[in-house]
Amino acid sequence: MKLSGAEIFIECLKAENVDTIFGYPGGAVLFLYDELYKAEERGDIRHILARHEQGAVHGAEGYAKSTDKPGVAIVTSGPGATNAVTGIADAYMDSVPLVVITGQVPLSLVGKDSFQEIDIVGITRPCVKHNFIVTKIEDIAPTMRKAFYLATTGRPGPVLVDIPKNLTDPKVEKIKFDYPKDLIMRSYQPTIKGNKKQIKKALEMIANAKKPVLYAGGGVVSSKAHNELTEFGRAFNLPVTNTLMGLGTYPSNDKQYIGMLGMHGTFEANRAMHYADLIICVGARFDDRVTGDLNKFSPDAKVIHIDIDPASISKNVKAHNPIVGDVKEVLTSMFAMMKEQKIKPDTNAFDAWWKEIKTWQSEDCLSYDQDDKIIKAQYVVEKLWGVTNGDSYVASDVGQHQMFAAQYYRFNKPNRWINSGGLGTMGFGLPAAMGVQLAHPEEVVNVITGDGSIQMCIQELGTCKQYNLPLNIINLNNGYLGMVRQWQEFFYEERYAMTYNQSLPDFVKLAEAYGHVGVRIEKPSDVEGALREAIKDTKRLHFLDFVVEEQGNVYPMIPAGYGHNEMYLTKQDAIDDMNGKKK
Amino acid sequence: MFITHEEEKVKRTRHIISLLMENETGALSRVSGLFSQRGYNIESLTVAPTDDPTMSRMTVVTKGNDASIEQIIKQLNKLVDIVKVMELSDYSHIEREIMFVKVAATNMESCASIKRMADIFRANVIDVKNKMYTIEITGRPDKLDGFLETMEDHKVVEVVRSGAMGITRGSNALKI
Repeated sequence: MKLSGAEIFIECLKAENVDTIFGYPGGAVLFLYDELYKAEERGDIRHILARHEQGAVHGAEGYAKSTDKPGVAIVTSGPGATNAVTGIADAYMDSVPLVVITGQVPLSLVGKDSFQEIDIVGITRPCVKHNFIVTKIEDIAPTMRKAFYLATTGRPGPVLVDIPKNLTDPKVEKIKFDYPKDLIMRSYQPTIKGNKKQIKKALEMIANAKKPVLYAGGGVVSSKAHNELTEFGRAFNLPVTNTLMGLGTYPSNDKQYIGMLGMHGTFEANRAMHYADLIICVGARFDDRVTGDLNKFSPDAKVIHIDIDPASISKNVKAHNPIVGDVKEVLTSMFAMMKEQKIKPDTNAFDAWWKEIKTWQSEDCLSYDQDDKIIKAQYVVEKLWGVTNGDSYVASDVGQHQMFAAQYYRFNKPNRWINSGGLGTMGFGLPAAMGVQLAHPEEVVNVITGDGSIQMCIQELGTCKQYNLPLNIINLNNGYLGMVRQWQEFFYEERYAMTYNQSLPDFVKLAEAYGHVGVRIEKPSDVEGALREAIKDTKRLHFLDFVVEEQGNVYPMIPAGYGHNEMYLTKQDAIDDMNGKKK
Repeated sequence: MFITHEEEKVKRTRHIISLLMENETGALSRVSGLFSQRGYNIESLTVAPTDDPTMSRMTVVTKGNDASIEQIIKQLNKLVDIVKVMELSDYSHIEREIMFVKVAATNMESCASIKRMADIFRANVIDVKNKMYTIEITGRPDKLDGFLETMEDHKVVEVVRSGAMGITRGSNALKI
C-alpha cells in the first residue's frame, strides 16, 4: 500500500513509540495535522495543544527530562518555527533529547520570501545537535529515523526536521512506506566505552589523592548512571557535589553529599572544590556558573573528566585524565576494576579531609530566619519539600526562586528536578511541568516560579485546563525580577533599573479566569496549609501566589570574577566587600 | 592550568586542518558557522567533492594555540556531517595554493620584467589581452606571497587565490 508523506510521518512516530506529541497547528502542517487527527481518533498518538510554540517545545522537554524517552514537538513554518527556537536552544544547552518537526512552505515557494517562509534550518543551526530539510518524499522515513537516533544517542540533544508542505500532500505523491531498521552513520559514532588505560590511571589517581571531590552533573541523569555514581562514591568515601543539572543523581540525604556547587552552591561544596587535590568530574562541563573565575579555580587540583562528549573535556578546565565514554559504562568498568585490583583510598588522608569539610559544613550556610510576619521564599520551598516527603517533581523557572528550589528542595532521585540550567529560560517552568504531568499523571508535579518568570508563558494555564493537569504552581511573588535586582543591589549601587514589576496582575483572579484554583498566601503560618491543600487536590491546578520578602537575596553567592574561596554568605559579606573589606 | 587571553595571542601558530564531510546541503555552513560562533579564526578555506561524490574534502587554515586547536578539532568532529578530521600540521605533508595575478604591462620593459619574474617563480603566463598579463602560479602560500611582492613594481589589477590545500606524504591518509 502506498502512503502519503503525512501518513508516513505518522507511521514513523509509531515506529519510534511516540505516544505524546506537543504542538500548534498552522498552514504548512495542515496535512500532518489531518493525519494526527486520525491517529488520535485511532488512539495511536495523543497530541497536546499548547498555547504558544515555545510552550509546546518546553512541554516536550519536560516530558523528556522526566522520562527516558525523547520529547516530540510539531509546529508550523515561519513564526511557528521561530517561536520554537527558544525551546530548541534550551534543549541544546541542557542536552535534552528532542525531535522538533517544523512545517515548511512547499518546495516551489522556498527561497521566494513566501508567506510564513523562514529558513529555520539556518536559524537553528547553532542550537541543534543536527537538523534536516527533507526535499523528497522518499527521505521522510530515513530522516525521521536519523532524527530520533541522533537525538537520543551519544550526548542527547534537539534535532529539527523541516518538512515542506507539498511532500505531505496525498494528492501530490504517495509511496510505499519502509522504516529503516538498522542505521549506521559513518559520520556519527559516539564513543561509549571508556579507555581501560585511562580508567586504570583514574583509579590510581584516586588511590593517591588526599583531598578528592566527586563532581557530578546532568550527564549522569542522561546516562541513568545515578546508582553507579552512588555506589562509586560510597565505595571510596568521596565527598560528592552535584551541579544544578545533576541534582538528584546522588541522594541528598546521604552523609557524603555536600550540596550543590557553583555561584549559589554551598559553602562546603565550593570550599572542597577550591582546596581539592583531585576533582573527579562525571558528566559535567565546568560551566562558568560552576567554576567562577577560571584563574582562581581549584588551583591545586588534578582533574579526571568523564564525559561522552570529547568537546566538553579540556574546554574550560584542562583534564589531566580525560575519559571519553558513557558515564554509566565508565563508572561500571571503573568499579569492576577497583574491586578486581583491590584499589583502596588513602583512608587517613580522607579522614583528615572529611574533618576539614565538616568544619565548613558547620557554617550552616543555608540557614535563614523565618519570623511570623513576612514569608521567606526559602521557607516556602523547604515546606514544599517537607509536605511532599522530598519526592515529587519540581519544575522551575529561572531566577532567585530557581536557586532557592535547588538549595532547599533536596532531591534523592534523578529526573525529579526539571529546570533550565544552560540557557536560563524564564518561562520554562510551567510548560515543562505540563510535559512532566502528562508523562506521570499520578504524580505530584510542582512549578516553583516567580512573578517575572510565570508571566513569560502564562498562556499555558489554558493548556493545563484543557488537559486537566493538576499542577501546583508555587509563585514566589516578591514583586521584583529578584535575581537581577540582587545584582543591581550588589554591583550597580542599588539602581533598580526595570526590575520592579509594576502592574502585576491579580494572580488569583487570573488563575480563576482560566478555570483553576487561585490562592494568595501572605502569612508564614498559612504556607504549609496552602501547600497541603494544593497537593491533596489531584483534580485541579492550584495557583499559590505567595507574597514573599520583597528584597530577599540568594546566599551563598560567588560574585562574578571571584574564586570559590571568596563567597558571600550573608548580606554583611556583600557590604564589607563593597566597602573594600573582603573577608 | 588555563590559558589567559594574553598568552593565547602570543602562542598562536598556523595550523592546517583537512576534513572529510558528507556532501550534503548545509554542511559547509555548519563548518563556517562553527568557526564564527566560537570565535575561531579562518585564514583560508577550500572545499570540493572527492573521488567519492558523496563526500567533500575541506582544508581549513587557522591560527591558534594548542588548546584552541584541540577544541577546534573536537568541535569539528562533533558536527554530524563531518566524517573525519586530520590536523595536517601533525604530519609530514605537502601544501599548495594556486593563484592568478592579472598585471598591466605598461611598456616593453615591464613586459619583459613580468615574464622574467614568472620564470623565476616557475609561474606561467596563461593569457595576454589588451596589455593585460594573467599569470598562474602554484606553491606554498608563502611562495605566492613572495611572488606578489615582486609584482609590487607593476600595476597589479586583480589577484585571486584558492586558499591552501594539503595532503600527507607516504602511507598516512585521510580516508575512511
